[in-house]
Amino acid sequence: MSNHAAIDVIVSEVVEVNSLIKRFHFKRRDGGHLPAFSGGAHIVIEMQDGEQLRRTPYSLMSSPLDTSDYQCSIRRDDEGRGGSLYMHREVKPGMAMKISPPANLFALDLRARKHLMIAGGIGITPFLAQSSQLERTGGEYELHYGVRSAQLGAYLDVLQERLQHRLHTYYDDQQQSIDFDELLSTQPAGTHLYVCGPTPMIDKVLNTARGAGWPESHIHFEHFAKASPGEPFTAELSASGVTVEVGREQSLLEAIEAAGIEAPYLCRGGACGQCETRVLDCDGELLHEDHWLEDDERSAGEKIMPCVSRFKGKRLVLER
Amino acid sequence: MSTVQYADFKSRPFYGVLKPASAVAHLIVAEGEGAQAVMDLIAKAPADFASKATLLYAEGPYVSENSRSQALRELGFARFHTSATAAAAVPRLHGALDRLRMGTEVYLTGNESALSLFVKACTEAGLDYQGLQTEHRGSLARRMQCVHCKGITEDVTTQPAECAHCGLLLLVRDHYSRRIGAFQGVNINAEDPSDVPPKEEIFR
Repeated sequence: MSNHAAIDVIVSEVVEVNSLIKRFHFKRRDGGHLPAFSGGAHIVIEMQDGEQLRRTPYSLMSSPLDTSDYQCSIRRDDEGRGGSLYMHREVKPGMAMKISPPANLFALDLRARKHLMIAGGIGITPFLAQSSQLERTGGEYELHYGVRSAQLGAYLDVLQERLQHRLHTYYDDQQQSIDFDELLSTQPAGTHLYVCGPTPMIDKVLNTARGAGWPESHIHFEHFAKASPGEPFTAELSASGVTVEVGREQSLLEAIEAAGIEAPYLCRGGACGQCETRVLDCDGELLHEDHWLEDDERSAGEKIMPCVSRFKGKRLVLER
Repeated sequence: MSTVQYADFKSRPFYGVLKPASAVAHLIVAEGEGAQAVMDLIAKAPADFASKATLLYAEGPYVSENSRSQALRELGFARFHTSATAAAAVPRLHGALDRLRMGTEVYLTGNESALSLFVKACTEAGLDYQGLQTEHRGSLARRMQCVHCKGITEDVTTQPAECAHCGLLLLVRDHYSRRIGAFQGVNINAEDPSDVPPKEEIFR
């Protein structure tokens, strides 16, 4: 880790939740408690996949009140760069791994009079932790959870028991969908909105909320852009005086790290802004995939978020 | 009219100019000279704006001189209530906030003390201050909390100022508490109470 000491953990349990999702439990190797966290926090898991070192962020879903272990539920993504496939195929109980300390970019605003949570699919994981937290601390909340089917809806039973009438479920295979216009126009003043799920759902919720007059400070979303595979390219790092080759399945940040260069990061999902890097020369096109840079910064072409964004062209020089 | 001087102090509230938002409903809370800010807002707004808006108007300390209420009443607000002072408007504001839905635009205007009270009531209802529109009109007299005895002194116009509760002479800082809705006052002559700096009237 560049900014924080990694934590040595043992995989204590791997549970198959359904045909697509596995839950991984991590305990400290030295037997102590893990760092405290708040609902909505994520960790970055280090995976030594052959030659390649991957670092991928996953939300913590276990209760923030229990730091004897951390739990992450990971959906297998057959189209991704391989992080989730590695976790599903290679990670077994007893394995030693390294994780980052938790960081939270999706925290509850505890000044809220009510928390309105909207989840799609595997986007449920931060809400599992947040609902555990609110059950203990108190606070009004409700959760709207869209799933493909009863079989693929992870943790429906846990949530049903925990939330009861505050849980609203929507099944795709029964043609049920959340009426965002209705939901977002009937909330009491002082409500904070939280959304996590597939990109089209997040975009729809954000657009509806903004259109209905919700102030930005009441809107929270967890949007880990996934570093997508892409065409290989070359980047020159001016401060380090090296040139790195970025492979098809590799992110620019991973290539920089593989060259032994310390680069800052926190979320590795284009959301937190930590890895922002200045572009000194660019003969080609920056392929921005983050949620951090503003539109004018993108068009200026002077910055790139190496955790998710790529490059296509002749020459790219970074101040790193 | 007094103008706010923005010092380079992070917690000092920043006020803007009220602008009509394209919301389904509007809640406007005004005090004293804030009446003119409401008139200016209406002049910029679409014709049906007032019919979707509630106005709570606190006439301010000089009710007898105040003919503004009648002018505001004629603007055709869906709901219109007056009260004598900003403090008296606060319970009604709490009531309005209890019934409010997300998406209603909130506009607050008046003197510095009134804005302190209105913003505090809104944040107590769970609204983030960054989502509120505010415009300063009228006096810069401050609500001040004595950091020693915690008493609140209203209408502070001088620097330094006496705490109305414990009597200490206080430096009125730009350091502001949103939770309390008041500027912080710190004893100015703790080492030597006989050293009394001259008072200047600066918050007019």
